[in-house]
Amino acid sequence: MATVDLKDAKKVYSSGVEAVKGVSIAIPDKELCVLVGPSGCGKSTLLRMIAGLETISSGTVAIDGKIVNAVGPAERDIAMVFQNYALYPHMKVYDNMAYGLRNRGTPKDEIDSRVRSTAKVLELSALLDRRPRELSGGQRQRVAMGRAIVRNPKVFLFDEPLSNLDAKLRGQMRVEIKNLQRTLGVTSIYVTHDQLEAMTLADILVVMNAGLVEQIGAPLDIYEAPASTFVASFIGAPPMNLLALTGGLSGPTLADGTAIGFAPADTKAATLGFRPEDADVTFNAKAPSGALVLPATVEAVEPVGAESFLHCAAGGVRIVMRVAGRAAARPGDQLRVVARAEKLHWFDKTGKRVG
Amino acid sequence: MIGQSPFRIFLAHAVLILGILIVAFPIYYTFVASTQTLQTILRPPLPFWPGDQFWNNYSEALFGGVGRIGGVGVGRLLLNTTIMALGVAVGKIFISILSAYAIVFFRFPLRMTFFWLIFITLMLPVEVRILPTYKVMVDLGMIDTYAGLIIPLIASATATLLFRQFFMTIPGELVEAARVDGAGPWRFFFDILLPLSRTNIAALFVILFIYGWTQYLWPLLVTNSNNMNTIVIALRKMVSFADADTQWHLVMVTAMLAIMPPILIVVLMQRWFVRGLVESEK
Repeated sequence: MATVDLKDAKKVYSSGVEAVKGVSIAIPDKELCVLVGPSGCGKSTLLRMIAGLETISSGTVAIDGKIVNAVGPAERDIAMVFQNYALYPHMKVYDNMAYGLRNRGTPKDEIDSRVRSTAKVLELSALLDRRPRELSGGQRQRVAMGRAIVRNPKVFLFDEPLSNLDAKLRGQMRVEIKNLQRTLGVTSIYVTHDQLEAMTLADILVVMNAGLVEQIGAPLDIYEAPASTFVASFIGAPPMNLLALTGGLSGPTLADGTAIGFAPADTKAATLGFRPEDADVTFNAKAPSGALVLPATVEAVEPVGAESFLHCAAGGVRIVMRVAGRAAARPGDQLRVVARAEKLHWFDKTGKRVG
Repeated sequence: MIGQSPFRIFLAHAVLILGILIVAFPIYYTFVASTQTLQTILRPPLPFWPGDQFWNNYSEALFGGVGRIGGVGVGRLLLNTTIMALGVAVGKIFISILSAYAIVFFRFPLRMTFFWLIFITLMLPVEVRILPTYKVMVDLGMIDTYAGLIIPLIASATATLLFRQFFMTIPGELVEAARVDGAGPWRFFFDILLPLSRTNIAALFVILFIYGWTQYLWPLLVTNSNNMNTIVIALRKMVSFADADTQWHLVMVTAMLAIMPPILIVVLMQRWFVRGLVESEK
């Protein structure tokens, strides 16, 4: 129903702090865009700028092709789901959902039918006469979603809506949000610091750091080709293993002096990286050619059921390996980590992807 | 809750009953005196049980007019005092909730200056500024008017601070949710803030009503006509230095009538308090 376009949007607080330092994102109609980044990266500020709750210092925000910099939050036709739900404590669930419509002057019977049908979708019908304090966390979350959906807005904005739920419920709601968003077909922007949520929900993933966009793309594209060491270490759990390179006489070496044995993909490469699942762990001394071979010492083993994580010391740093099922290795074991060259990622001195 | 043993229950009740007796006995004795004839009161000891003059005394005081205060009936005094106490309580709540709303939710120039100006007035008791206030009231022709009784007592730094503290506990997200829902400043105030402040307002109302009811110095200064007296002032005027000249039975009736409204307010509003506390809405 609407596109959202940010052009060089900046936010400078009166204290001089630059929270958002020029962000340009184009979100197509009906897509779910996830803003992800560590706390303080400006993702929430950016969302609030789109909502109209923060003024825009420079640049433009356009909803459905119309620049809305000077438009108040109520007139932008957006609906927001807040982290702490922000339900009106003195109003019943019904009134919480109806309040926005009433302020808009929607006729009473239309409000009623819309609230009831939304409540049905969210399985809130039995709770319409309760007050927020009589609801569980998950139910409150649903009401907050319902309050947004019932308005039938152009854009949904989600500000870390699942961070107050327990892990199991979070997983359920994640799927539910995704399904709802797809069936309703409403353009959505979702802020989270949880990379798992980001990966699973996003049509477009925006990784932010220190007020700037690090990378925009489809989640798997970003996963497979992170644009910087920051993205590489932020997206994916456990994160990508990153090893700094120093230029030795006989080619690049790792921090502990191990020569990598072949030329990096780019002459400017200063860091190499590989995903925990992209390397094999072997006790075999024989190594294939054209692969990175690292002698490693197992420091800890974390079995999680379907897979195990091996924390190893290798190349002068700690790396994490993902192996399927039960790990045969024990702490203290010596083994080799073999990563094929095409699975390696290369980054330059500033952390940018090269090669 | 601490102990459920019979002895502890007995002890707790004994202490409570003793406390109630100490507080209630003087009031009971006032009531007893208010049902006796003047002669009985003047000839000690005062009987322990109520006399038979209840209707006589109360109707005389309420409707007959009391000689020493210019023949004004206690009914009139009660009306005056009620108007003043209500005016002070409602006015104070109205002014202070609005100023707290402005200070907490709006960004305007000199916001903190205004806050501190209000705050500083806390340090000035009414008595300090009573002469200039009196002069202003005389110049405005407000002596012997309800406005003169009420307006100077309305400004309240304490209530403003109380509302400010409460408003500051309202999460920013709630304000933002209301903005997204299309609630302007007035709608937010009436639809969200006022209902949430309900219990605070009730508590303040009780305190301020009693404050207004028991005012002594200001009504004493600003009313000359017996018609405009509050009940506390009239009570004082009814007592003469010569014992025989004082109509003690009517004084006792007036005293009883003077304490009834505050008691009623507390008793009635108490249910509100408790409900507010139990419901503590988060």
